[in-house]
Amino acid sequence: MINRKNWKAIGLLLFLFLSLVSSPLWASTEGPAVPTTESDVAWWVWPLVLFFFCFILGIIAVLAGVGGGVLYVPLVSGFFPFHLDFVRGAGLLVALAGALAAGPGLLKRNLASLRLALPVALIASSCAIVGAMLGLALPTHIIQICLGGTIIGITALLFFSKNVERPTVTKQDAVGAALGMQGIYTEASSGENVEWKTHRTLTGLILFIVIGVMAGMFGLGAGWANVPVLNLLMGAPLKIGVGTSKFLLSITDTSAAWVYLNQGCVIPLIAIPSIVGLMLGSFMGVRILAVAKPKIIRYLVIVTLLFAGTKALLKGLGIG
Amino acid sequence: MAQTSSGPVKAPPEQIKYADLLYYGAWIGIFLMAITYAVYVTGILKPLIPLHEVPNYWSMSVHDYLAQTGAPTGWGWAALLHRGDYLNFIGIAVLALMTIVCYFILISAYSKKKDTAYMVIAIAEVVVLCVAASGLLGAGGH
Repeated sequence: MINRKNWKAIGLLLFLFLSLVSSPLWASTEGPAVPTTESDVAWWVWPLVLFFFCFILGIIAVLAGVGGGVLYVPLVSGFFPFHLDFVRGAGLLVALAGALAAGPGLLKRNLASLRLALPVALIASSCAIVGAMLGLALPTHIIQICLGGTIIGITALLFFSKNVERPTVTKQDAVGAALGMQGIYTEASSGENVEWKTHRTLTGLILFIVIGVMAGMFGLGAGWANVPVLNLLMGAPLKIGVGTSKFLLSITDTSAAWVYLNQGCVIPLIAIPSIVGLMLGSFMGVRILAVAKPKIIRYLVIVTLLFAGTKALLKGLGIG
Repeated sequence: MAQTSSGPVKAPPEQIKYADLLYYGAWIGIFLMAITYAVYVTGILKPLIPLHEVPNYWSMSVHDYLAQTGAPTGWGWAALLHRGDYLNFIGIAVLALMTIVCYFILISAYSKKKDTAYMVIAIAEVVVLCVAASGLLGAGGH
């Protein structure tokens, strides 16, 4: 049940978010991606708007339980005048910075498992390089269409997938056993130690090929895909799945981020306000999360992603 | 899924070491980004691309952007650290290098434990990340 205080917080967030999205500044973002000789807006306005936009995005991402990258790329590429190449470069850095900041705490609390993460990371990070190279080689409208389709797919995944807190794994498979993909963690709420192991490990590892390619190609981060595969398919407990996924991004996104960085796809005026805004927003989001669990935010994010995905798809098809 | 209650489970020592190094490295990187960005936007160091001109380029594809601005690719930024905009790459590079540095802890730990499979996986990961960071991998422009 959402109380009156929570509704106020949600209302305030919605108001800020919609104010930014409906700002007259967006009016200048439509049209072909060609340089304007003289910008009507002072250079500092867009980075400042981007900072506040990302700050709100960071709050919403935490409340909705999704990574910042998955919101950042479709929304910023849809509503800001930046080319998709630079948005993807910044998106990867946003996801990377968030994962690096969260990683130590997750590792220390044993909520991210190195034994689970390392084999998966090797596959995903190698494939993220391929994805990044593909993403930079393909024409922008093709990437826009694929991005739109992926985002719409992610909204369906967020809407329909029901993660399981502690999946039942009766027998560990041979690959999981050979790699020692098992562990034990302490459930903080009850104090009990929970042992876990994986099954369907090979299928999971194969899926991380696709996840890695998509992470690199779209600069989305990949928490939206990591968690269902680790939890629903491979049978890792939800807490281990979420923690390991977040830590995993610090490795997967590193490889793709280097490709974008080396190809010149990082403009500091875009990347730094995005990273700092999203991180500060995430810290604020964690504080708000402690007093409120507004499920409605999750549905708001699903609707927003559906809108952003459709916009990217139409833009790619040349009718948006 | 078995449950026991014999006290909280501690993370393996290599995991704690990795976490500690990552913690300091990540925050140093983020701190450096904030400082260098302040230097950049206040104009203390002259940027390669003047601040007021950046909005004229950010809607171009990276291919056109590089052609028109003469911005460097690969590790070319390292030679431009005296420029305000490229100074920002120090913090970004620290963030992007942290995982590679942290993996050396794992290689050493798994080597001591004689856990060959994970030691090989960790070495392979360092190779993959170094190849990505090297700038040797090109991508076709569009």
